[in-house]
Amino acid sequence: MEALKLTKKDFTSDQDVRWCPGCGDYAILSTVQKIMPDLGVPPHDVVFVSGIGCSGRFPYYMNTYGFHSIHGRAPGFATGLKVSRPELSVWLVSGDGDAMSIGGNHLIHILRRNVDINILMFNNRIYGLTKGQYSPTSEIGKKTKSTPMGSLDRPFNPLSLALGAGASFVARAVDRDLGHLQEVIRAANAHKGTSFVEIYQNCNVFNDGAFSQFTEKETKDDTVLYLEHGKPLIFGKNKDKGIVMRGAHPEVVTIGGEGGVLESDIVVHDETVPTPHYAFMLSQLQYPKFPEPVGVLRSVEQPTYDEMANEQIRRAKEAANGSSSLEKLLNSGDTWTVE
Amino acid sequence: MVEAGAGSREDTARPSQELESVVIRFAGDSGDGIQLTGTQFTNTSFIAGNDLSTLPDFPAEIRAPAGSLAGVSGFQLQLSSQEVHTPGDTPDVLVCMNPAALKVNLPLIEKGKVILLNTSTFNSANIKKAGYEENPLEDGTLDDYQVFPVDITALTLGALEDSDLSQKEKTRCKNFFALGLLYWLYNRKMDTTEQWLNKKFSKAPELAAANIKVMHAGYNYGVTTEMFASTYEVKPAQIQPGKYRNVTGNTALSLGMVAASQLSGLPVFLGTYPITPASDILHDLARFKNFGIVTFQAEDEIAGVCSAIGASYGGSIGLTSTSGPGLALKSEAMGLAVIMELPLVVVDVQRGGPSTGLPTKPEQADLLAAMFGRHGECPAVVLAPATPADCFDIAIEAVRLATKYMTPVIILSDGFIANSSEAWHIPEVDTLPDLSVRFTVAEDGKGPFTRDPETLSRPWIRPGTPGLTHRVGGLEKDFNTGNVSYDPDNHEKMIRTRAAKVAGIAKDIEPAQVVGPESGDVLILSWGSPAGTVRRALEVFQKEGASVAGCHLRHLNPFPADLGQVMAKYRHVVIPEMNLGQLRMLITANYDVRPVGINKVKGQPFRVSEIVDPVRRLLQGVH
Repeated sequence: MEALKLTKKDFTSDQDVRWCPGCGDYAILSTVQKIMPDLGVPPHDVVFVSGIGCSGRFPYYMNTYGFHSIHGRAPGFATGLKVSRPELSVWLVSGDGDAMSIGGNHLIHILRRNVDINILMFNNRIYGLTKGQYSPTSEIGKKTKSTPMGSLDRPFNPLSLALGAGASFVARAVDRDLGHLQEVIRAANAHKGTSFVEIYQNCNVFNDGAFSQFTEKETKDDTVLYLEHGKPLIFGKNKDKGIVMRGAHPEVVTIGGEGGVLESDIVVHDETVPTPHYAFMLSQLQYPKFPEPVGVLRSVEQPTYDEMANEQIRRAKEAANGSSSLEKLLNSGDTWTVE
Repeated sequence: MVEAGAGSREDTARPSQELESVVIRFAGDSGDGIQLTGTQFTNTSFIAGNDLSTLPDFPAEIRAPAGSLAGVSGFQLQLSSQEVHTPGDTPDVLVCMNPAALKVNLPLIEKGKVILLNTSTFNSANIKKAGYEENPLEDGTLDDYQVFPVDITALTLGALEDSDLSQKEKTRCKNFFALGLLYWLYNRKMDTTEQWLNKKFSKAPELAAANIKVMHAGYNYGVTTEMFASTYEVKPAQIQPGKYRNVTGNTALSLGMVAASQLSGLPVFLGTYPITPASDILHDLARFKNFGIVTFQAEDEIAGVCSAIGASYGGSIGLTSTSGPGLALKSEAMGLAVIMELPLVVVDVQRGGPSTGLPTKPEQADLLAAMFGRHGECPAVVLAPATPADCFDIAIEAVRLATKYMTPVIILSDGFIANSSEAWHIPEVDTLPDLSVRFTVAEDGKGPFTRDPETLSRPWIRPGTPGLTHRVGGLEKDFNTGNVSYDPDNHEKMIRTRAAKVAGIAKDIEPAQVVGPESGDVLILSWGSPAGTVRRALEVFQKEGASVAGCHLRHLNPFPADLGQVMAKYRHVVIPEMNLGQLRMLITANYDVRPVGINKVKGQPFRVSEIVDPVRRLLQGVH
């Protein structure tokens, strides 16, 4: 029997979407629903797991299996599910508060274990669901209801944090660039291991315009560096700016013209570099000194925890050679018989 | 050379005196191998057919400074030709490997009893470290006891004179000298320990040989010296015929989980974080991967329970093991399992609290935390094993209830049950209950929250099931569809339904079991590890013909359906527990009964007298 062609509708649940009108989450949801039919997995073999926050509602809107858990702990639930059911396609949707603050510990551990799960982290640099406190990715000096004189703590750089935890796949996308977002999510899905995708997402109610310099037509060509594997790190309206390395330090240069560098001097992007140094350098490129990179920073093949855990089970069963009977187990050790 | 045949009695003309039971306590520095010595004596005695109960008593520090009071480790065992319920109140024989062990343990022993001392360690530095002003061997401290001073370290080194081992390695064999001497004293064979040593040191046969040699030297010391007037013999106990093995509570619990996995046809997923005294459950289950058991050592207690719930959602038996501090950390996630209505087994091996408390000592003070330690109206099933071996049956019962009723089940073990051991009558596999589970499929025509009218349980639908995609979460769900609902009436209906589901389990569990008269003056109502001591106390009252009965609860939420009627038949209900009255509070709240509490929170199990005496006072007041 020929399988029916799936459509976006097959992945859309009957629940009303309850995010604020104009929220960046709508675009992300729509993008995910749109590409799902192409991934070759039927809705019933897909599970979306989330924590708490605006992002936490995401599973309710997907017509797949969905698990809306507690604050920050989604990696724990997702790990237990994936290790026990490795054949399922498991996705984890989180936000900057859920993943970077209350769930920071679980995030770094799922990344170091490299469980085969796709993590989409919506970063709006604010607490939306609790109505507008600063988050661990808010810039220093952020004035919010909880920090009327400005926030004091330095923000996390999610990509650097993920790389520091040994993530095998690290990428960034922006909610307003849907074509690129699609590409990045497809790449994350194709990667075996934990895929960490930071999505710049606008909270139009509590932190409107946090990423406008990366989304507005007038500025984005000069503020966004599109990463493409095998292509030089070139950006700018006229494609005349690039990144070169001066010793250990990246530098923005102009290509051609008087005093400009040659295109061949520009660093060529390689997402498969085995060590994380290069990707970490990219993750540290920050506006306004640098354009901010979007796309896949790092994608390397590493063994996954779920696969290895199941392999140990298989090997243990094989070593027992079919002799693992409960009766034998209960009667093992020093036993004695009372007549 | 040691030539004497192990356990041969032809080598001595000493008379052998028969004893019904004996309580032996080994004590020494935590580096002296006390637990190991005690375990070897236990296994040998089990194989000799005694009934037996043990109590390991070790410090929280792995290696406190040598010779210090904080570093004293103990292991007590009672062996008997009769049925044994406890490790004994006070030792008949105390083996002390250093002055600190004597200082700590002397208060436990009654005058006239036997103390065997390693005099090699009684130098002025150790005596001072133990807090003695003078040498207790010389100042009259031990005048009222039968003291047997033996220069164990020197004798051990002498036995190993020809050995190439270092002085330090030789000295470490000294616990086997003491063990050998006790084997002689109690007419035990040494072959079980020899086999164990050869296996343990298969890669270092010189260590096995040295320990065996020292053990024989200890044995022969008993044979050749005139120190002891007689040896003792404890005959095999009259116990139910069958096959037995020695199990600790943690081991029995692990075996029970493997059994539950096989009986249900579902894999067990243990998501956990190491914590004393529960870690052995992880260690045991990690060795059973050949049974499809998955063990996941998570980054913390919370991730441990969350991973277990994730696995339950996927169709495994989600299990997490912990102790008090971990139970607190898991409470939010347990609430999620309650509202999602997923099976989950939480094992709390209770220890002294609050906070870090007494990490290696038992307490029963998590009962109310297990009952109510979650926010919201959040009912969970609570079970408690009575003895180490009962942990096997409790594990199976927990899985039965968790999967049948789609609910978290908390097992309240404790540090005493977890680490002490008893003889376990190994069950025939075909007598164990059928726990088979059927996951719901689309053809069943049920939604995720279509409840079974009998059990009120919702269907277990695994992701991967075609046609039944749905979303569950921590938000309140609509009674009919399971979709998110903020409707006030619906919320109350759901709360009442979840409560009724758990309360209804009372119909599906064993009724209250009474030992002794069916009505009368006193009912001793107990739960958890005091079970053995209560049994012993009941035997005392039975002999006296007193009107005292016992009822031991293994189900604490819900209680057996007939508990109220049972309690109503006695004038007094007495509740002994290692807390300030937590079961008593639950009974008072739920029944028209005002129980009398016997409460002890010293990190030590009850002694028989601590239960008998107050009950006796109560009886005197009655008559």
